[in-house]
Amino acid sequence: MGAIQVSGEVLSNRKVGDYHVLTLVAPGIAESARPGHFVTLGVGGEDTALLLRRAFSIYRVQDRGVYGGTVDLVIADAGPGTAWLTRCRTHDAVDIVGPLGRPFTLPRDPVTVTLVGGGYGSAPLFALAELLRRRGCRVDFVLGAASEPRLFGTLEAKRLATQVAITTEDGTAGERGRVTDVLPDMLARSGSDVVYACGPMPMLAAVTRQATAAGAHVQCAVEESMACGIGVCMTCVLPVVGNGGVTRMLRSCVDGPVFAGDRVRWADVGTVPADTYGAPEAVVAR
Amino acid sequence: MTTLRITTERPQPPALPPVDMSTSLGALVLPHPVLTASGCAASGRELDPFCDVTAIGAVVTKSVMLKARSGRATPRMAETPSGMLNGIGLQGPGIDAFLDTDLAWLRERGARAVVSIAGTAVEDYAKLAQRLRHAEGVGAVEVNISCPNVEDRGQVFACDPAAASAVVSAVRRATAPGVPVLAKLSPDVTDIVAVARACVDAGASGLSLINTLLGLVIDTTTLRPVLAGTTGGLSGPAIRPVALRCVWQVHAALPDVPLLGMGGILSGDDAMQFVLAGARAVSVGTAVFHDPSAPARVGRELHAALAAAGFERLVDAVGYAHRGPDHPDVPGGSDGAVGADETAATPDEGEAGDPHGDAPAGAPSAEQVEAGW
Repeated sequence: MGAIQVSGEVLSNRKVGDYHVLTLVAPGIAESARPGHFVTLGVGGEDTALLLRRAFSIYRVQDRGVYGGTVDLVIADAGPGTAWLTRCRTHDAVDIVGPLGRPFTLPRDPVTVTLVGGGYGSAPLFALAELLRRRGCRVDFVLGAASEPRLFGTLEAKRLATQVAITTEDGTAGERGRVTDVLPDMLARSGSDVVYACGPMPMLAAVTRQATAAGAHVQCAVEESMACGIGVCMTCVLPVVGNGGVTRMLRSCVDGPVFAGDRVRWADVGTVPADTYGAPEAVVAR
Repeated sequence: MTTLRITTERPQPPALPPVDMSTSLGALVLPHPVLTASGCAASGRELDPFCDVTAIGAVVTKSVMLKARSGRATPRMAETPSGMLNGIGLQGPGIDAFLDTDLAWLRERGARAVVSIAGTAVEDYAKLAQRLRHAEGVGAVEVNISCPNVEDRGQVFACDPAAASAVVSAVRRATAPGVPVLAKLSPDVTDIVAVARACVDAGASGLSLINTLLGLVIDTTTLRPVLAGTTGGLSGPAIRPVALRCVWQVHAALPDVPLLGMGGILSGDDAMQFVLAGARAVSVGTAVFHDPSAPARVGRELHAALAAAGFERLVDAVGYAHRGPDHPDVPGGSDGAVGADETAATPDEGEAGDPHGDAPAGAPSAEQVEAGW
């Protein structure tokens, strides 16, 4: 196992709500990917001025087939790089590196779990749900987004889960509000032992708070902006408390993207807390 | 039988004429001229799965300081046209942990290591060099002088020839005589040659050119600078012409000083430009973020570019562009590929009906000169 770099090929590009699902032939990556892993893609073609790769959590993999291993990614058009990806057509070449990062940790026993996804942050949760179901876990889903077209995978969630709650901030689907408006009730009803969450950082912070209060263990896949995705650039750091209670600025790409929710200092994300190992900075340097 | 051939024979890349790619930076002998760049490859370990770090020239490690540092708050990075701005703040483990884990890993892996050091006072650099003196596996020391000097109101060492000189001479004194000391210069100066000369006079065995350029990006939604640290270092192809100019100027002034060229190298052609401007070796930095196998790929492409231009040894191409167009000494058997922009192209373009193919070697025709305008 371990990450590799391959020259991939677009097999299909289909629009799902506000998103695009890109299926890429990525031999060698699909085979070793686990839920929570991510890949990075080069964007813009050969002579691109967009230097940085774009990171996407893996939605689905097909580890064998007519075309060899494929990975499915959910792309939101959020800038020139992702816009380029949404315009890709069948047979276009895309450079792929993966599988990267630390995937979700699975419970040993058949426990009750709740999966929480914000927007297309839900992407890695469906393969996770299948794996958990195979281990005899009871799986509930909470999916939320600003608006109906920005929900992702509600049908799959309904197929996989015992209980599904949908929220939208504008009320266009499910209950009006946020995932955190319904999560405490869901957790109380199911008595979930573990909560897996992926979505915007403020959502992860709130989900961690609620799940911890409900006595559940929380695993969060974080969204931090990355430059390299392989652990060399030190861009995607956030303050995480390690064993021994020491806070370190850890890299989301190699130490995450999945972290135990209660180890991340959510309120301090974007800062270097004064008690961080190696802080405060004596001087500023570049 | 035909089918059997198709299934068993893979298309082979066209065989390249051999080119001796070995080079040196002072006493550091390198079998391969492409290195990583400080801050763009950590200490090699994360890069190794994508780019065999023993097969490239050397790993230039992320600048290490005396103590562990948390670095700056995020955001630390902003993408810019053909480049990026970074303000990491030298996050790192400190020299003790670096020696125990990072350098130890490089040594066990069998990779050559150029260790970059950074400090906030001359004394820091001297102490770091002393620690490295007793460590095994230090191929060279690169001195990152693009740091603020706390003893001089935060003035960056690299921007002041006297301060740069003080750091380099302290490091030179503390470093084993056989280990080269490379000073990494900032382009954010009025006269880079003056700083280069000061560093060489202070005992630098060679110079790394260039560090990032100080830049700024503002987010028009938040109405604030994007980076938590306000300004950051600009890198990537956007700065390549500046870097190349610096290598050119320093090589012209100090032709005997070994130069490690870097700044936006993405391809072998880019690397070739640095060699022709006077670099004996090159570092591939930001390109790693774009393509983690870039250092190895750039090496292969540089080999091809040198072969296409008729060079048999990399060292023969160092500083070649400084020769005037009438220089008689053209590398063996070249068919006019050296000396004219229009023909110093990739080998396949050169073969496929090059309109200038019959131009005399090294002497561009009037047509070519016009095309260059």
